[in-house]
Amino acid sequence: MIKLTDIRKAYHQGQHNELWALNGIDLAIEANKVTALSGPSGSGKSTLLTLIGCMARPTSGRVQLGERDISGLPERFLTDIRRKTFGFVFQQFNLIAGLSARDNVMLPAYPLGGDWRVLHERADALLDSLKLGQRRHARVEWLSGGEQQRVAIARALINDPQVVIADEPTANLDTALSREFMAILESLKQQGKTIILTSHDPLVVESSVVDRVVHLRDGHLVEGGR
Amino acid sequence: MLSRKSHRAFVLLALLLALFLLTFADAGRYRAGRAAALQQNEQIVAQLGLTDLCLFTEARYTRHPSQADLQSAFQDHPLAFEHFPSGSLLPPPRNLTAAYENLDRKTKSAD
Amino acid sequence: MKTWIARQKALIDFTLSSLARRKLKNLGLLLVYTVIVFLLASVMLYTHALRHEAAQVLKNSPEVIVQRMVAGRHDLIPPGYLEKLGRIRGVQNKEGRLWGYFYDNVVSANYTLMAPSPEEHGFGRVADGTIVIGAAVARERGLVPGNLISFRSYTGKLFVFTVAAVLPHEAELVSADLLLLSEADFRAFFEISAGYYNDIALSVANPQEVRNIAGKISETLPDARIILREEVLRTYESIFNWREGIVLVLLSGSILAFTIFAWEKASGLSAEEKREIGILKAIGWETGDVLKMKLWEGALVSLTAFLLGYVVAYFHVFHFSAALFEPVLKGWSVLYPRFELVPVVDGFQIATLFFFTVFPYTVATIVPIWRAAITDPDAVMRG
Repeated sequence: MIKLTDIRKAYHQGQHNELWALNGIDLAIEANKVTALSGPSGSGKSTLLTLIGCMARPTSGRVQLGERDISGLPERFLTDIRRKTFGFVFQQFNLIAGLSARDNVMLPAYPLGGDWRVLHERADALLDSLKLGQRRHARVEWLSGGEQQRVAIARALINDPQVVIADEPTANLDTALSREFMAILESLKQQGKTIILTSHDPLVVESSVVDRVVHLRDGHLVEGGR
Repeated sequence: MLSRKSHRAFVLLALLLALFLLTFADAGRYRAGRAAALQQNEQIVAQLGLTDLCLFTEARYTRHPSQADLQSAFQDHPLAFEHFPSGSLLPPPRNLTAAYENLDRKTKSAD
Repeated sequence: MKTWIARQKALIDFTLSSLARRKLKNLGLLLVYTVIVFLLASVMLYTHALRHEAAQVLKNSPEVIVQRMVAGRHDLIPPGYLEKLGRIRGVQNKEGRLWGYFYDNVVSANYTLMAPSPEEHGFGRVADGTIVIGAAVARERGLVPGNLISFRSYTGKLFVFTVAAVLPHEAELVSADLLLLSEADFRAFFEISAGYYNDIALSVANPQEVRNIAGKISETLPDARIILREEVLRTYESIFNWREGIVLVLLSGSILAFTIFAWEKASGLSAEEKREIGILKAIGWETGDVLKMKLWEGALVSLTAFLLGYVVAYFHVFHFSAALFEPVLKGWSVLYPRFELVPVVDGFQIATLFFFTVFPYTVATIVPIWRAAITDPDAVMRG
């Protein structure tokens, strides 16, 4: 469903601190599967994730979503594709402090201008399904780390995306919470979502939920993935 | 309806806007009510040949600014500061007001 | 269209939730903002209405006033001047005016004494031994018609008058400090001999000719100073500008303080705000959405402040007689007219006020956001 062809990405191109984060990646990601990008820090896995998620454009190479080449599209179209197709769960959760859990969940839907009541019901249903129903009015900074992540997951799902992208989702969680997260991942997969995540946590990489592990090092794919 | 923040803001703004428009209606009504008094004032001005508004009675040139002679304050320019701002920081000297009658005899020749 | 409205409403919901997080600070800002609009609008409404009323009322004042100047001072008109003026073509009516000032020791107030011309009727007709007084004088001295009042003249003689009438309260703006007495009483009180006047009021047959006639007067009477009605009206145009200027001087301090406050609040994007904008971008908001959201914030705050400040100012000026300005306008005078201004509202002025209060605030809210909002959406993940 997502096809990357000879992807290269440079930061600070042409400056003295030029850095090539990706050096020619060819990768196809299947729908309805959990794909994990693994590798040491600095291997380029987060950069790859931003390219897949239309948050950034590659310096060269092609990104295809379905049949469509999206690597050359201007920001407006990218944003439109991004918010309809992808849901993001960040390592630091990136919730907006001071707002309630429900307000945070609804944030990605605001610019789409859907019906307000429907949106509220959907947010409540998502929070209920993640066992956060009774915490919906709590400010996010009063929630525990696990609860915050579940709010972040609910937020990623609010626009009903095909693809959920998670960057180091278990980095800030203990073992029990990490297992809980993998269980949520399992249920998302059963709902037919495509999941792409980065991790170097063995608990994730070796989990049976993950269908494929892609190893990266120094901006290259490394053989031996699963 | 009022459970939504944006709706509450709209209601507040609509209320304020209504009040804002109401001030125009009120101005119109009030103006009509004051028409007779205004006409009476015009008559008094015409009858007595008045030249100035009675706003500031503290000095000749503030009571009748349009009639003040060329050497009075303000005559260079109405924006010229005379007893303002110094005057607003400093009240007129007491000995001046106390000895007013005396002083007035000294300047008996009308200016 | 429907989704557009739904989107704007959602953005407003978000911006209000954001504002509600720092309730006290934002309410404080709104309050200060409202007070500034209130003060500016009060000054504007007050001076405009006063200027308008002055123009309305003083259009009936004498067309031409002739003063005599001696050594740079306004002096009495000696006998013979009236006759000389009568020979100038185009002069319709001429009339010597008798008026002067009197300082009342009892209440430390200045009065304007005036002897209306005997042909006048109404309040102008004053019998010997009686006076007609302005409403502020009556209030200050506690006088009602029928009371006796005595004044010691500048020559030391005591004069006793009966109060014949009090000028109507509605006329205080033009007559608060007036003391009308008969010509004979006036001449006796100030010891002005018959034939002498304070100045001369003229009317002309053809108003278009007034400048020519003024020219002829100064040829005939080289020591005369001529004051035309249009100059009187112009005096009032500018004198209120000046008074307005004083209030503006007082206001400018607070306006500057508010500008700094608003600028600081609006432009000093905190690291937290920058982070939040980064998050919004990362979860799918466009640059335009972020800007619209902030535009709504600025618009809502400034609109509320503008409408509220204006409405309160309107009631302050027209229903509470601009009570806050009284100390400024009263100056050192003892007699101060109590008058209700007729509301005159100038749409252009309101538009100007709107522009100068709503626009800068909204811009100050938007501009700094612009820089933060054009960051790349992946900045959150890189940071």
